Amino acid sequence: MSIWVGRETRLLVQGLTGREGTFHALACRDYGTQVVAGVTPGKGGTLHEGIPVFHTVSQAVKETGANASMIFVPPALAGDAIGEAAEAGVGVIACITEGIPTNDMVRVRAYLAQRDAAETPVRLIGPNCPGIITPGQCKIGIMPGRIHRPGSIGVISRSGTLTYEAVDQLTRLELGQSTVIGIGGDPVNGTSFIDCLRAFQEDPGTEAVVLIGEIGGMAEEEAACFVAGHFRKPVVAFIAGQTAPPGRRMGHAGAIIAGGRGTAADKVKALEAAGIAVVRSPADIGSRMREVLGR
Amino acid sequence: MKVHEYQAKAILSRYGVAVPRGEVTDNPGEAREIAKRLGGRAVIKAQIHAGGRGKGGGVRLAKDPEEALALTRAMLGMNLVTPQTGPSGRVVQKVLVEEALDIDRELYLGITLDRTRGLPAMMASRSGGMEIEEVAAKDPSAIIREVLDPALGMFPFQARKIAFALGLAGESYRKGLSFMPALFRAYVETDATLAEINPLLVTRSGDVLALDAKMNFDDNALFRHPDIKDMRDLAEEDPLEVEASKYGLNYIKLDGNVGCMVNGAGLAMATMDLVKLAGGEPANFLDVGGGANEEQVQNAFRIILSDRNVRAVLINIFGGIMRCDIIAKGVVAAVREMGLSIPVVVRLEGTNVDEGKRILRESNLKITPADGLADAARKSVEATRT
Repeated sequence: MSIWVGRETRLLVQGLTGREGTFHALACRDYGTQVVAGVTPGKGGTLHEGIPVFHTVSQAVKETGANASMIFVPPALAGDAIGEAAEAGVGVIACITEGIPTNDMVRVRAYLAQRDAAETPVRLIGPNCPGIITPGQCKIGIMPGRIHRPGSIGVISRSGTLTYEAVDQLTRLELGQSTVIGIGGDPVNGTSFIDCLRAFQEDPGTEAVVLIGEIGGMAEEEAACFVAGHFRKPVVAFIAGQTAPPGRRMGHAGAIIAGGRGTAADKVKALEAAGIAVVRSPADIGSRMREVLGR
Repeated sequence: MKVHEYQAKAILSRYGVAVPRGEVTDNPGEAREIAKRLGGRAVIKAQIHAGGRGKGGGVRLAKDPEEALALTRAMLGMNLVTPQTGPSGRVVQKVLVEEALDIDRELYLGITLDRTRGLPAMMASRSGGMEIEEVAAKDPSAIIREVLDPALGMFPFQARKIAFALGLAGESYRKGLSFMPALFRAYVETDATLAEINPLLVTRSGDVLALDAKMNFDDNALFRHPDIKDMRDLAEEDPLEVEASKYGLNYIKLDGNVGCMVNGAGLAMATMDLVKLAGGEPANFLDVGGGANEEQVQNAFRIILSDRNVRAVLINIFGGIMRCDIIAKGVVAAVREMGLSIPVVVRLEGTNVDEGKRILRESNLKITPADGLADAARKSVEATRT
């Protein structure tokens, strides 16, 4: 079992014909994902690597029945691309693009909220994220497929490579994953830790969850609060940036300790208070999960 | 991106935010002329990118133009140390000469992103001059907060709520009601991440002005604002960080001695944490990114080694998209170019890992391979001690 994406997912790729878009769309297809369409305005009606290309997302949805989108559009245009996918009724949108202006995301989120009130809610993953993968079934994003293994651990993370690190540790210990979600490193994003936890709670195929946070914002504190009140499966967590200096943006636009808030120490404290097993070293994520599961 | 106070005020006044009259200069004689134009009395304010300037002698009152000249002469070139600059301080290159205003009240007004709501929020307090964080820690109820929507603009009722809570009345109430939406417009239209007026001045005649102004801008949106991008002052930034930004590298200099080169921001932070757990101190944060080429890796390595505190280098790569052979080639090229006198510990994992390891091995360079995260951190910290 899994959340949000699986064998039934039919993927379209916005920005398919670009270099990155092509490379990763093919990697997803090789993994087994049904890549059914590409969207590049002006290139509609052509075939790219055997994938039909459309001018607009709504055309692509109508013609191919696509129900998920992966976005590789450049940052200045990516907010618009998210809006277009949502308007066309795409249920799961994974935006990989890094460097989208915050104000664009503020507008996009306001648009999605408005839309969700009227129609079927849209699941936006990212932006600035590796994407989402249900091992053995469906990969949407830039993560290396081979390190994953089907199983029952859900993984949620604000970081890309650190997620691969955690997944690799789990796989080496034969702890497969149900679904792995990179929620992204931007200050304004689509899916929160809580959204993922809520879905993992409902998923009978998920037995426990790894949560990887980092400095900046209050998302981990909010997740801790949710876990304490509502989550009944074991959680192992790691927070990156215990040594990060205040006031400096650590690569990710959202990774900044501002006004004394968003420190790793505060987050660790909140998570531990919620009964979550927090590891101090990222090298211990896998082994701690094994302990927690008593294997 | 940060800008100086005089630049922030110039931007704000374009949007109708009231600021004191004043001019910037790097010349004492000109400071005297500016003071004359302002009516004699003037405030001389050092322009550096750090707050707390008053405490370090960076804000002085000149009672006449001659004193404006003398104070400016003393301030220019001075190494100004404030609670925010750190002990090394910043050299003052320019001063802002401003009209001296009478002060009735000093308030606080700021706008920044409320990350949980995904919308900007305006914050206000009656304690002008105090850091808002300090107010928040002492008495959170003293902060007035209003979430704003850029698509809708600031409603007059929102401004009224804040104005009444701040105790504005009469003339200052009317001025405040136009000041707040103007500030919000400036914040939104310039893609600011912070617009902070501290203090917000209320004069005895009821004028409301930005006595100080701090603005930060979204780096990702600078392409829409070439005029603001031009305001970047490289002298205010660490030279190695400036160098790194030229190559699209995310580098932040720290105080330790273990240089770190990592792909991905989260893994880079985690690697710093590992170094600390192993008993060492990281010399830097460096994310070479997901799609770095050989040249970027080479430059990254060179920048790490330019930091004289670095005693060992830890390279930690989990290649998802990033290919390990490219990392290896970049490292070998950098070492051939610069020579290498300190130990390098390399942990490679992921795409083309065997090819990467072979390149490093056959280079005959003194490189210590590591197995896994913890091993890499331990070996690099040990290496600083030999």
